Amino acid sequence: MAEKKVSTASNALAGVVDWVDARFPLTSNIKNHLTEYYAPKNFNFWYFFGSLALLVLVMQIVTGIFLTMHYKPDAQEAFASVEYIMRDVFGGNIIRYMHSTGASMFFVVVYMHMFRGLIYGSYRTPRELIWLFGVGIFLVLMGEAFFGYLLPWGQMSYWGAQVIVNLFSTIPFIGPDLSEWLRGDYLVSDATLNRFFAFHVIALPLVLLGLVAVHLIALHEVGSNNPDGVEIKALKDKKTGIPLDGIPFHPYYSVKDLVGVVVFLMVFAAIVFFAPEMGGYFLEANNFVPADPLKTPAHIAPVWYFTPYYSILRAVPPIGISQFPGVVAMGLSVVVFAFLPWLDRSPVKSIRYRGALYKRWLTAFIVSFLILGYLGTVPADVWGQFGAWMGKADRATVVARVCMAVYFLFFALMPWYTKRDKTKPVPERVTY
Amino acid sequence: MSDTKHDANGLSFQPPSDVDVEKRKFLIQATVATSAVGVAAVAVPFVGSMLPSERAKAAGAPVEVDISKIEPGSMMTAEWRGQPVWIIHRTDEMIAKLDAHNSQLSDPNLDVPQQPEYCKNKDRAINAKYAVMLGTCTHLGCSPNANFVETADWDGGFVCPCHGSKFDLSGRVFKGSPAPTNLVVPPHQYLTETTLLIGEDKKAEA
Amino acid sequence: MKNLWLGLLLLPALAWANEAAITVKAPVDLSNHDSLQRGAKVFVNYCLNCHSANYMRYNRLQDIGLSEKQIKDNLLFAGEKVGDTMQVAIDPVEAKKWFGATPPDLSVEVRARGADWLYAYLRGFYKDDTRPTGWNNTVYDKVAMPHVLYELQGVQELNHETQALELVKPGKLSPSEYNAMVGDLTNFMAFMAEPAKQSRQMIGIFVLLFLGVMLVLVKKIKAEYWKDIK
Repeated sequence: MAEKKVSTASNALAGVVDWVDARFPLTSNIKNHLTEYYAPKNFNFWYFFGSLALLVLVMQIVTGIFLTMHYKPDAQEAFASVEYIMRDVFGGNIIRYMHSTGASMFFVVVYMHMFRGLIYGSYRTPRELIWLFGVGIFLVLMGEAFFGYLLPWGQMSYWGAQVIVNLFSTIPFIGPDLSEWLRGDYLVSDATLNRFFAFHVIALPLVLLGLVAVHLIALHEVGSNNPDGVEIKALKDKKTGIPLDGIPFHPYYSVKDLVGVVVFLMVFAAIVFFAPEMGGYFLEANNFVPADPLKTPAHIAPVWYFTPYYSILRAVPPIGISQFPGVVAMGLSVVVFAFLPWLDRSPVKSIRYRGALYKRWLTAFIVSFLILGYLGTVPADVWGQFGAWMGKADRATVVARVCMAVYFLFFALMPWYTKRDKTKPVPERVTY
Repeated sequence: MSDTKHDANGLSFQPPSDVDVEKRKFLIQATVATSAVGVAAVAVPFVGSMLPSERAKAAGAPVEVDISKIEPGSMMTAEWRGQPVWIIHRTDEMIAKLDAHNSQLSDPNLDVPQQPEYCKNKDRAINAKYAVMLGTCTHLGCSPNANFVETADWDGGFVCPCHGSKFDLSGRVFKGSPAPTNLVVPPHQYLTETTLLIGEDKKAEA
Repeated sequence: MKNLWLGLLLLPALAWANEAAITVKAPVDLSNHDSLQRGAKVFVNYCLNCHSANYMRYNRLQDIGLSEKQIKDNLLFAGEKVGDTMQVAIDPVEAKKWFGATPPDLSVEVRARGADWLYAYLRGFYKDDTRPTGWNNTVYDKVAMPHVLYELQGVQELNHETQALELVKPGKLSPSEYNAMVGDLTNFMAFMAEPAKQSRQMIGIFVLLFLGVMLVLVKKIKAEYWKDIK
C-alpha cells in the first residue's frame, strides 16, 4: 500500500519534470552544473571560498532588501534610520550586523578566493575569461562597498566619500567637474547620498549578479582547475568520456562545501553576535557620530579591505601640486590583476611545481600587500621619522614605497622570472 | 605523486556498489530536518522586522481622552493608531430611542463580535452616556458623517458619504446599507469618571 | 605560509596598541541592574537637561528591570509617555548660543568614544579660568561643556607639574562616592548605546550551539559520501 503511494507520488513528480523539460532545460541544467559537472577530486581548503562568496552574496542581498524597508536615504534621516533599525525594528540589529559583517566577510572570502587563483594558476589558459570576469566582480564589489559605506551617514561614511570623490578631481582637465558631477553638489550632501543609495541597492547589485552568472557559466564551460594545475579533461574514460580524475559536483562537492559553509557560518555568527565592530575594523567608532560637513575626524582611514590601495595612494609623491600620480598608481594596483593571464609565462600552473624564484616573489608580494594593508589603517607617522640622513622622512612612508615597488615588480617582472624559474615535472594525474 | 591512490584500471569514477543506502538516507534526512529548523530560526528576525516597530507601537499606544467637555447631544473625535475614534455624549432621550428602531437594524443584538464583551449590552457601552466607536465605515473604510438632526424616520446617527451606509447612535448598521456589520468599538476603559483610555481594556492590564 | 597567518593575526593587536591614551577602566557591567538603574536616574536628572538621547525609548528601561509604572513615576516629566524617546527641552539653536556648540545627542556616545573615555571624561573636569565656562577637561581639551556635576564632585585643579588632578574644594560626595556615581552613569550610557547587546549575545550562544550540531551532521555526511572516492 505504502509503496504504491510512493510510486504514484514519484510518477507525478516525474510527470511535472517532463512537462517542464519540454519547455525549459531543467534536467539538462541540473546535469550540466551539478550532477554531471565533473570537478577534480583533489580540491583542498582553498576551494571552499568560491561557494562561500556565493553564500555571502545571497546573504547581502537578502539582508539588504530587509534593511531597505526601514532605511531612509536622506541626509536628515539616514543616521537616525540606522539607529531606528538597530533599536526599534524587531530583529533589526541582527539584520544590520549581518549586513555590515557580511560586507567585510565578502572581502575576506574574495581575497582568499583570489589568492587561491594566484597560487594554483587558475587564471591561466583556458581560464582567462573566468579570471577577467572575476576581476570585474572584484571591481564592482569595491564600488558596492564604497557606495554602501556612505549610507549610515556617520563621520567616517561622510569623510570617506568626500576623500574618494575628491580623488577624481585630481584627474587633469576634467577632474573638478567630474567630481562635482559625481556628488551632484559642491560637497558630499543629500544629493550624493541619494544617488549612492541608488547605485548601492540596484545598479551595482544587478551588474554583480550578471558578472557572477557569466563567471560561473565560463567556469562550467572549461571546467575547474585544481591544486595540481592538471587539466583533468586531458585524460578521459574511453567508454564514458568522463575525466578520470573528475567526480560529480553533486553529491560529492555539495556535501563537502556544506562543511565549509557551516564552519564559515560559525565564524560569521561569532562576529555578528559577539564582536560586530570587530575592534573597529568592521564598524568604526567614528561612524557612530552623525556626519558633520564642518568637522573632519582626527584620523580618517578607509575600511580595512581598501587599505592596501589607499597606502599606495599615500606613498606616491605628488608631481608639483598634483596628486594624480598617486591616484593612477592606486587604480593600477587594482586593475593590474586583470593582466595576470598574459604576464605569467611559466610552463606550469600550480605553485606545487614552480621553482624557488616564483615562490620568493609571491611571498614578497603577499608580505608587501599585508604591510600596505596595515599601514593604510594608521597615520603616516606611526613609526616616527628617520634621522636627518634620510631627510626626516616618515619611516612608514618609506616602507610603504618599498612595498609598493615590490607590489608592482611582482607583476612587471613576472614574464621574466616565471620563464626563468626551475619548474618541477607535472604529473599526469591529480594528487592529494 | 602517489599514483596508487587512483583507479588502477583507468576507469572514471563510479560510485561503489556496496554503499550503505540506509545510512545516507538517514544522514540526509537528519541534516535536512536540522537545517529546516535553522532556516525557520533565521526567518524569525526577517519576518519579525516587518511587524510594527517600537516606534509604531509607541505612536499606536493607548490615548487618554478628557470627555468632560463634550456637551450632551454632541460628539468629539479622538485619534488612536491614526484612526478617528468617536465619543458621543448621548442624552437620555437619545438612549431611550435606541431600542425603537431595532427592527430596522441588521444586527441589533450585537451577535457579530464588533465590540469587546463588556460592550455587548443594550447601550453598546460601558457607561450608557458615552458611546465609543471607530469612525471607519465597515464597508470600504470611509469615515461616515454625523447627522444628529431628528426627523420622522431618523433618530440621529451617521451616514457614510461614499456608499450611503447608515448607522445609529450606537454604531449599529441599518438594513439595506452596503456595510455588512456594525461599527467597531475599540477596547477602552474609564480611568476616572471623565477620563477615557482608548486602546486598552482593563483585562489586558491585569 | 604559517608565518604569514601569524602576522595577519597580530595586525589588529598592533593597531590597538596605538590607541591606549585612556588609563582608567570604566566599571561597565550590563548585568548589574541596580547600577544601571542608578545610572539612568543620574542621566535623566543631569544629562537630559541639555543632551537628548533621541534614539532611546523610555520603555526600553524595562530591559534593566524597571516596570512601566516605575519609569512613569520616577523618570518621566509631565506629558511624556513611556513609549517616547528621550527628547530634550532645550532648543538646539539657543544651546549653541550659550555653549558655542550644540550639545550632542548621547544615544550612541559610548559607541563613538568608548566607555573608558567617557568615564575618564566625567572625572576629568578641572578649574581653568582661561575658558569661557571656567572649566577644562583632561581628556577633552577646551571642551565647551561646563562641569555640570561639580556640586557633587567638588572643584579640581590641574597640577601642571605632575599633570595630576587635585581636589581643592570637596563636593557633596566623597571622591569614591563620586567615582561610583559616574561609574553607574557610564554603565547606563553603555547600556543605552546598544540596549540589545545582552540579548544579542544570548541569541549568539544558541546560534553557535546549533551550528555545532550542524557541523557534526555535515561532517558525517561528507565522510560517508567521500568513502566512495579513492
